[in-house]
Amino acid sequence: MATLVQAVRLALRYGEEHLGVTDVFGEDVGPPLGGVFTATQGLKTAWNSPLDERGIIGAAMGIAYAGGRPVAEIQFCDYGFNTIDLLKVAGNQRWAGAGNYELPMVVMTPSGSGIRGSLYHSHSFESWASRLAGWKIVMPSNPLDAYGLMLSAIVDPNPVLVLLPKALLRVRGDKKIPGEPDGEDELKSRIDAPVGDRGNWQPRWPELKPYFVPLGSASLVREGVDATVVSYGRTLPLCVQAADKLAEETGKQCDILDLRSIFPYDWKAISDSVRKTGRVLIVNEDTEVTNFGEHLLRRIIDEHFYDLLVRPRLLAGKHVPGIGLNQVYEQNTVPQLPGIRETLRSVLTEEA
Amino acid sequence: MPTENKIFGSEGVALLAPEVRSGRETLPAERCLEIHRIMVRSRVMEERTIKMSKSGQGYFWIGGPGEEAFNTCLGLQVKKGRGPSYDYLHLHYRNSATLVALGMPVADGIRQMAMTATDPHSMGRNFIGHFACRDWNVLPVTSVIEVQHVMAPGTAMVQKRFGGDGITIVTGGDAGSAEGDFASCLVWCSRPGKELPVLIVVTNNGWGISTSASSQHGERNICDRGKAFGIRGEVVDGNDVVASWHAVRRGMDYCRRERRPYLLEAKVSRLYGHSSSSGAQRVAHEDDPIELFERKLLDTGLVDSLTLDQAHEEADAEVEAAVEQVLNEPMPTAADVERYTYAPSTVDAVYPEDYTGLPGYELSVLRKP
Repeated sequence: MATLVQAVRLALRYGEEHLGVTDVFGEDVGPPLGGVFTATQGLKTAWNSPLDERGIIGAAMGIAYAGGRPVAEIQFCDYGFNTIDLLKVAGNQRWAGAGNYELPMVVMTPSGSGIRGSLYHSHSFESWASRLAGWKIVMPSNPLDAYGLMLSAIVDPNPVLVLLPKALLRVRGDKKIPGEPDGEDELKSRIDAPVGDRGNWQPRWPELKPYFVPLGSASLVREGVDATVVSYGRTLPLCVQAADKLAEETGKQCDILDLRSIFPYDWKAISDSVRKTGRVLIVNEDTEVTNFGEHLLRRIIDEHFYDLLVRPRLLAGKHVPGIGLNQVYEQNTVPQLPGIRETLRSVLTEEA
Repeated sequence: MPTENKIFGSEGVALLAPEVRSGRETLPAERCLEIHRIMVRSRVMEERTIKMSKSGQGYFWIGGPGEEAFNTCLGLQVKKGRGPSYDYLHLHYRNSATLVALGMPVADGIRQMAMTATDPHSMGRNFIGHFACRDWNVLPVTSVIEVQHVMAPGTAMVQKRFGGDGITIVTGGDAGSAEGDFASCLVWCSRPGKELPVLIVVTNNGWGISTSASSQHGERNICDRGKAFGIRGEVVDGNDVVASWHAVRRGMDYCRRERRPYLLEAKVSRLYGHSSSSGAQRVAHEDDPIELFERKLLDTGLVDSLTLDQAHEEADAEVEAAVEQVLNEPMPTAADVERYTYAPSTVDAVYPEDYTGLPGYELSVLRKP
């Protein structure tokens, strides 16, 4: 099975072959490196840009305006903070211009902790991004969704931000990408550039098939009646592990929603589940003050107050200036498996 | 230097070639009269919008009185159209004369000032001078004074790849050139072997709101900053129509032909201060490009003062008629607030057409794995 980062690469390959992608670019995105996480190795439209995030976002906008279909990479979302007003501009161009223009651009960027990245390679971005009206924001937690969300991001005629959970980039899924060859080694030998001299290397792309995950559609990865867990990205598989363990221990079953789209989010999925279970836990790793999960909590309280059996919870990252390098910092800053499990246990067992 | 060239003798016979001279450069009389009419129409439109800002028919005013000479010459030489075969315009908010030169009805400027639903540039959402016109490749103008500089390389990349002679034009002021995006533009336009056909225009009025350029900028000319990147350029008196016309022509010709960038700095006036926030009062000590041009036209004998007066009277009448018409046009409604947030999408389960408020219950779909 493909890893998440291989799935992104395959999606971009499908995009440039079948969906009109004209430019995949950013710092170190083109040859020889093909991206610091290898997301863009071997792509025919990949090129290296100056080390200039504002230039990257601006160029993507210009390319999109002129009829191209760009996928721009910000190497780490932590480097994207100096582009925030450009992201705002990109989100408002159609609205401000009374529909004069469409802006079909994709920005992808690794987000979140999990690679011992210290202060500037560990930040999360979805809460900031959720305030950028006019954008659509997605975050996959497995390779197949990464493929399907990327294809949708490319096809959508609006700015779409694809947040890639960097802790999961090397994680393999349990479902094949449509067209993926059998065997991990076979895929690797065909699309992963060799270490060292890559001068004569050419990828041998498999015959890929389309697969679209609609924007704004959550995935119900576990089904149950006892609680609702809403998560995405790195913390999603942790929630699954926690819920499976508690199911073994207590017999209680949870709905687990992989939100996949931060905006638009799948309110029907959340709403149906909350009405069914009356118990809610939202988990993400962005910092906890003005966290995107707080918005979901607000809607849950506004619209499901009388459906709730116990107080709803949000488990998020601590409101500290950064994630420190020593693992003591990271483990005690963003949600980890034991904390998720115990919080979910309390949601499941609190007396109504 | 005015040219002594009375066109017609007493018998109505042409005596000399009808042209206006500035230094060694000349411009045909017919072109000069066309430029003059556009400058006047733009000025009258802008002065009327200043009045609207003070009379309750609009709010904030900002614009380009004092830049008409240069901006008209720019607009008239644009290869106007839609798509990469034509020029892309990444403008700032002092380019009204450029839009009038492109052919924008003055009523459309008035509509933006009056915030009507019929405002084709922003549907009453944006300040005056914040134009957007897809048919002419005019990208939406933002109040943020630097962001257009990083978008310009993108349109130019597509144009260079596409072929043809379409270029990208980006304009900004002297104060905005202090932003990092201006430097980004120089870097991205001059990547070795990947140079881009971008005409980078700085209209230098010497001010950033209340701060003088001379108190903040050590460089003698902003244009000199291009030299470090091998970007050709020049400084021109942006109040001189003939000089501006030819400077724009040289810059455009170079970009079209060489597919490389050109940095053009035009020294211009700012006749009504920064905006209505600083009162929008007429400034006494700045050169007025229309007055300068009219003096030159009169000196060259191309027109008499009655003809010039007529141009003003016609512009007055045109603008007044436009105001009267626009003030009877519909305003946006509450139903318009969300309109045009998103383009229709085949892959969006929540917003297949446009934004409709927070994700609702009835529209979304749930997909099991």
